[in-house]
Amino acid sequence: MKKELTFTLNGEAINAEVDPQWTLLYLLREVLELTGTKEGCGYGECGACTVVIDGQAVNSCLYPVMEAEGKTVTTIEGLASRNGQLHPIQTAFINEGAVQCGFCTPGMIMSATALLDTKDKPTEEEIKDAVAGNLCRCTGYVKIIDAIKSVAGGR
Amino acid sequence: MDNLTTLEQKLQLGLAVQPKVNMENLTTVGQKIPKRDAPPKVIGAAQYIQDVKVPGMLYGKILYSKHPHAKILKLDTSKAEKLAGVRSVITAADMPATFRIGVMKDNPPLKTGKVLSIRDEIAAVAATSQEIAEEALSLIEVEYEVLPGIFDPLEAMKEGAILLHEEAKSNVLKMPWKLVCGDVEAAKKESAFIVQDTFSTPWVTHCCLGTSGCIAQFDTKDNLTMYSNTQIPSLAQNDYVEALNAFGLKNRRVRIIQAVIGGGFGSKLDTYSYEYIAMILALKTRKPVKIIFTREEEFFATSPRQCTITKISQGCDKEGRLTFREMEMILDNGAYTSWGATTPSVMMLPISSLYKVPNVKYTAKCVYTNNTYSQAMRGYGNPQATFAIESSLDQLAEVAGIDPYELRMKNANEPGELTPQNFKITSCGMKECMDEVVKRLDWKGKHGKGTGKGVGMASLIHVGGGARVYKSDGCGTIIKMDDFGKVDVFTGASDIGQGSDTIVAQIVAEVLGIPIDDVNVINNDTDICPWDVGVHASRTTFVAGNSALGAALKIKAQILEVAAKLLDEDPVWLDIKNGVVFSTKNNEKTTPLGKALRKVHYALGGKMLMAEYFYDPPNANFDKDFKGNLSVSYAYGAHGVEVEVDKETGQVKILDYIAAHDVGKAINPLLLEGQIYGGGLQGIGYALGEKMIYEKGELKNGNFLDYKMPTAKDIPPVQAVIVETDEKDGPFGAKGIGEPGLVPTAPAIANAIYDAVGVRIKDLPITPEKVLKALKEKEKKG
Repeated sequence: MKKELTFTLNGEAINAEVDPQWTLLYLLREVLELTGTKEGCGYGECGACTVVIDGQAVNSCLYPVMEAEGKTVTTIEGLASRNGQLHPIQTAFINEGAVQCGFCTPGMIMSATALLDTKDKPTEEEIKDAVAGNLCRCTGYVKIIDAIKSVAGGR
Repeated sequence: MDNLTTLEQKLQLGLAVQPKVNMENLTTVGQKIPKRDAPPKVIGAAQYIQDVKVPGMLYGKILYSKHPHAKILKLDTSKAEKLAGVRSVITAADMPATFRIGVMKDNPPLKTGKVLSIRDEIAAVAATSQEIAEEALSLIEVEYEVLPGIFDPLEAMKEGAILLHEEAKSNVLKMPWKLVCGDVEAAKKESAFIVQDTFSTPWVTHCCLGTSGCIAQFDTKDNLTMYSNTQIPSLAQNDYVEALNAFGLKNRRVRIIQAVIGGGFGSKLDTYSYEYIAMILALKTRKPVKIIFTREEEFFATSPRQCTITKISQGCDKEGRLTFREMEMILDNGAYTSWGATTPSVMMLPISSLYKVPNVKYTAKCVYTNNTYSQAMRGYGNPQATFAIESSLDQLAEVAGIDPYELRMKNANEPGELTPQNFKITSCGMKECMDEVVKRLDWKGKHGKGTGKGVGMASLIHVGGGARVYKSDGCGTIIKMDDFGKVDVFTGASDIGQGSDTIVAQIVAEVLGIPIDDVNVINNDTDICPWDVGVHASRTTFVAGNSALGAALKIKAQILEVAAKLLDEDPVWLDIKNGVVFSTKNNEKTTPLGKALRKVHYALGGKMLMAEYFYDPPNANFDKDFKGNLSVSYAYGAHGVEVEVDKETGQVKILDYIAAHDVGKAINPLLLEGQIYGGGLQGIGYALGEKMIYEKGELKNGNFLDYKMPTAKDIPPVQAVIVETDEKDGPFGAKGIGEPGLVPTAPAIANAIYDAVGVRIKDLPITPEKVLKALKEKEKKG
């Protein structure tokens, strides 16, 4: 039984017919074809599917799609401005060498965004806490933390 | 130094026009240039295999065995076949009965009669959705007769043990790894000090964030296109052609298109059952079929780093000079054979040649069990061997009464050395790396205090100039110029996140004197990319780098030749800078590169500029005694660590971590540091937490909650130290760095723990429980 869902996605009003059994990740990837959000485990342990909902970083693979009703959702595709200008955190990830295979990158950036939107100058511990749920096997996290720090300092 | 002829001669290009490459004023090489594919990755535009869709595509799912050792009495797929949306259900009957995959050709992609491990594939379905495919699997009825299993290699080696592969007549693989250099027995008699002990390491897994997957698609003539995340496109192509032949499809074409690869670390160095299952499903349905592993499958159905049991004995003379090293190793091979079984070949490298040790004896046995089968993983056996060697070396230092650093320096490798296994050591920064470690750790101030805090170190040797493990160690590059002075570089080198896309572009940009943004690297399609033996053995910067260098020099010679005519100048005086060809003699003679190229393209009887170069390094396969100069150069490094051990909880906290690496030359320090940090943290995971827990052939912790892969909270303060030794055969002096970062981590930490609290943990991972137990035992002994 499909239901109607209305929410704001990357700044645009979305009206979608959804199966209430779906996760938000399913709607994003399989229906709306926003494949920037990744599925790394499907049970909320790797953070590759992180999106920002009403300012909070959320594992979209665990998030029942109907919960998004009336909320504001931002995915990695919605971070750059409409003229293609990258968000400072995206530029920092590029320039600081925080990207290797890149599979964790969208989720990592979304967790970082949620942090930076609430804290101007997070400490290193706060940065580590914010991305503790985002697994990365390539980078050893050092340059990811450097990238987030560089933006925090520059704001 | 004007090094153009050296580069040209080194690569034996025989060019009529000899282009200049000024080694002193490098503009692109040596710079911290961001990874080329980072922009699409940070906006979510990079397409991984998970993201690729082909019109009409079906979804494949695999049914695995419920038992690690059992007879299949009945396999009934009829209910699954009737489910709406199911397009095909296949079993072993749908594949040629004799078709096998793997290093020993002992692995049928779909099993019948008997299953030998929990990851044995017994049936598969293709359906119109993932959900239907999953439901169909649950409708397949299997009846098993459970058989007693063998889960311990020592048990499997016993007389009368149940045979996994009856036709093999033994559970010990017919791969007799044996290296003998000098006379170990005589050396033992002459040794002043000898230590001996046993060390063991667990299964650990790659944990690529992007799980395995592929899409198999056939055209009307049964040519195969495989969307893949392989790290060995040319060799996978060969495997697939063989498979198609076996399926009765002779003389067909295979094209492999690599999606963006979500991590490799060795896991994609072989081809696997699921790929052949996807092919059969695609043939049966005449539709593209996609198989994507769940995280659960990624844990239990891919091949981990092999676990080892190592007996080691080492000795030295009164002055601390190493006299011999003897090692015996047993590897759990699991039920089938992939590259894991060949890792003893790389273990030999540190065993024979980490420090100067004149007499060496090493044997290794790989043993079939009903466990998971192993594969390549970053370091390829080196971490297991180095854990034993470097832990044992600290034990030797203690009995000999020598500081472990002094002992290591006394025996350190040096340039110009010929090691007992016949490795020709060219550049070698081992001592410099160790010196960086002791200086930065304040070794002298901190070692030997035993105050609950302690320092430890360990070194590494690894191949750094390719590794001739196959008959070829080659890689091809093609360069094509467009009308505007921009270049397309087609390389055989795959990018698995390590940054070969950027390194290749930097080398080409440097040689051609053009901005790096004018270099487009194409590296993911066997239809257009040249041959390469694969991403392994830390070989890509060295081998693909030299290949790109050769192709770039060749095309530069062509450019200078046509520009010479245009400018009426002898090409010997011409060079290119920032995309402009100019005369070094007459500053009025210049032309933008694009203009020169257009002149060639549009001229009557014109031509196009294109160059190719295949670089196969002058290294050697091992001879029958496992000796020979496997690599053109060798990578060195040393890690030092300071730890604090909580005697109440057994918790080990890393206070400081120094990772110094001799890389020849840092072509891109930004990416290089990324390899060191990333490798280092994998090593820390290996040392302190990661272990696949197999009980009676079943994986008990196959998820990210229970398998302790390090998170951002687990990183210690870490310094990546780059030591440059200018390797004469490397591209711009570079050597490999892909694997070394994790090789010495575990023993450095184990040694630091011993220095802190006097207990030696010989079985990885070093968990708080093990430390606590060892502390209690030590207390008992007083």
